[in-house]
Amino acid sequence: MRVEFGEKSKHNSALKTTFMDTAQQELTATEQKTTIELSGSAAVLEALIAEGVKTIFGYPGGAIMPIYDALYDYNDKLEHILVRHEQGGIHAAQGYARTSGNVGVVFATSGPGATNLVTGLADAQIDSTPLVCITGQVFAHLLGTDAFQETDVINITTPVTKWNYQVTDANEIPEVLAKAFYIAKSGRPGPVLIDITKNAQIQKFQYSGYTCCKHIRSYRPKPIVRREYIEEAAKLINAAKKPFVLWGQGVILGKAEKEFAAFIEKAGIPSAWTILGAGAIPSDHSLNVGMLGMHGNYGPNVLTNECDVLIAIGMRFDDRVTGRLDKYAKQAKVIHLDIDPAEIDKNVQTTVPVWGDCKETLPLLTELVEAKQHTEWLAKFREYQRQEEEQVIQGELFPTSEELTMGEVIQQINEITGGEAVIVTDVGQHQMVACRYAKLNNTRSNVTSGGLGTMGFCLPAAIGAKYGAPDKPVIAVIGDGGVQMTIQELGTIMQFNVDVKVLILNNQFLGMVRQWQQLFHDKRYSFVNITSPDYVKVAEGYYIPGQKVENRESLRPALEAMLNHPGSYLLEVMVTKENNVFPMVPQGCSVSEIRLK
Amino acid sequence: MTDHILNPEKQEYNITVYTENQIGLLTRIAIIFSRRKINIESLNTSPSEIESIHRFNIVITESEGVVRKVCRQIEKQVEVLKVYYNTNEDVIWQEMALYKVPTDQIAEKALVERLLRENGARVVVIRHDYTVFETTGHREETDALILKLQPFGLIEFVRSARVAIIKHSEGFNRKLREFESMEPGHEPGENEYLDKRDKVFTM
Repeated sequence: MRVEFGEKSKHNSALKTTFMDTAQQELTATEQKTTIELSGSAAVLEALIAEGVKTIFGYPGGAIMPIYDALYDYNDKLEHILVRHEQGGIHAAQGYARTSGNVGVVFATSGPGATNLVTGLADAQIDSTPLVCITGQVFAHLLGTDAFQETDVINITTPVTKWNYQVTDANEIPEVLAKAFYIAKSGRPGPVLIDITKNAQIQKFQYSGYTCCKHIRSYRPKPIVRREYIEEAAKLINAAKKPFVLWGQGVILGKAEKEFAAFIEKAGIPSAWTILGAGAIPSDHSLNVGMLGMHGNYGPNVLTNECDVLIAIGMRFDDRVTGRLDKYAKQAKVIHLDIDPAEIDKNVQTTVPVWGDCKETLPLLTELVEAKQHTEWLAKFREYQRQEEEQVIQGELFPTSEELTMGEVIQQINEITGGEAVIVTDVGQHQMVACRYAKLNNTRSNVTSGGLGTMGFCLPAAIGAKYGAPDKPVIAVIGDGGVQMTIQELGTIMQFNVDVKVLILNNQFLGMVRQWQQLFHDKRYSFVNITSPDYVKVAEGYYIPGQKVENRESLRPALEAMLNHPGSYLLEVMVTKENNVFPMVPQGCSVSEIRLK
Repeated sequence: MTDHILNPEKQEYNITVYTENQIGLLTRIAIIFSRRKINIESLNTSPSEIESIHRFNIVITESEGVVRKVCRQIEKQVEVLKVYYNTNEDVIWQEMALYKVPTDQIAEKALVERLLRENGARVVVIRHDYTVFETTGHREETDALILKLQPFGLIEFVRSARVAIIKHSEGFNRKLREFESMEPGHEPGENEYLDKRDKVFTM
């Protein structure tokens, strides 16, 4: 059984591919559907070039050696970043995809190389990050024999990929890779893994050029928008007294930031973001009322249960956003705009589903909504915000205690960068603090592991983020737990002079777990006490300059030194040990039961 | 079965899936059920009336809400063309069963003719040592013949998965042509489940 590729090969006359020089001449000379002899490996690299790939994150090994051998000749067209661990490679590709909006590309070998990708695949799958991962595989005749470094990569990765495919014949490579890129970036994006057996990499075949894939008959990335649903949605919005917009990463993935802003600005609707939606409109936008969810802002959580029309745009009602579902926005009519029909009615029953690409649906909706200002309703959010400022934020950002807080570090960064930096975070307390308080002026400037909550994500993702946004300062905000999970990637930073500012917020605990143990497990601190190496010395070992800060006076100068330093830098900030992130919606509670302390 | 009694909302659903003929797709579909700890009670996969398109018939016992969500997850898979779900009332369905019995026993002791007539069964093979009967029907019907044949030394029994025809289906040929067109038309892009929700707009 084999995929039907027959249909598309008919369209191969339009050759856009950059061949190696000789091949190029041969092709243009004849202007016909000429073929040249190429190895499977070279065809892989031709495909990447044709897809506009510039950067590959990878790690070589036995089963992918022919591709690496071919890469030797493509050094001028493709940049390969040698990571220190395949997990680092895939997180870097995720960071790259998130800041650039392009597909991230990863190379890994068979067996352990491929299995090391699994965490990153799961992360990319749940956070809808477009990736194409290419793994080497043992020779086709060895499949199923428990050969050296053989694993059943296709079956291992099936639940965590949008699509995967094993290539055993070089002839399949151009069309499979075209399909891979198309699937990864279209519709709701996601990770794709292509496993290529070594014989297919070596095999010479008649290559007739590369054609980008634009259609797969069994795959509809997005529907034609149905106006009647837009009209119903507009009717609801126009009749609403207390409309409330929740937006997620869909706005960013759909590159619909402008359309989104135009919509909320015309309709005058207070809008709150999920953690992955952060930055789609600037933090200080007058209608941006803050973050949703467990550690989100006070107003958006409480008022979710007071609004009359809830408009969810490109978000999926994750349990960390909704809290207890049977007490979630029961009073509201729900409009859900999403490109993935499986998300509609999955967690929250919608009144009006608007299935489609928000880049298309939002302008249609904007056209039909009445220009309004919900001044009183917006003021309610601001009143809750005032209370939160008073009871939580002030103490976190401008503490009077002797010890440093995570919040004041982020506040200082905001003051220095003005919100222009890309903030990459790991998972835990520092993540919540950074996402709550970081000022973001630009879209694609917040990179974090949202759905999967992958500790160890930050350091490698920051490397990729820098390649995706080379002109912006990239700050990797990491806890003392997460940094020790992928600290080896300092080696990548060293080797490729990646200008990443590594900011470790060290509270000497696995802070988020400790917070839960304090609040819900009678302070039984079970294995959350974590020790750290001398990070400055570790950095020094990697020839990365750095320093450690333990008091308020030296914080600002140290942050300035870090941000002004040309090149990578590590700054460790010792923060108060037993601080808790508030507000908090305790698990099993309704969003309106959010606690300020 | 007990599950059914404990949860009155649950009932048998017949899920029909049209897919490309691709290695690994069975896993991709099966894990959608196993991930949610849903037992697949019957699974049939075979080529459809259209070349290169396969048809899955899957039977599960669940509430409609769960079935609908599961179907959307299946339809989301790249190589899946279309998914339908139907209650037993919406489909005509059959299972086939084969029964191997010792010929001497059955010939000597049973009223074979009556047995075959009453159960709509056929004889597939008669050898001196064994005879194979075949019947098609619902579970109760194929079960009934087991009970009847047991006294005559039933040697072996096998039952196929369920195959089901949807009463209101127009077949898949026209849909497939729409899928094959480069520009998405309204029809293949439609979401059956969303369409069923007209009522929600009467506010």
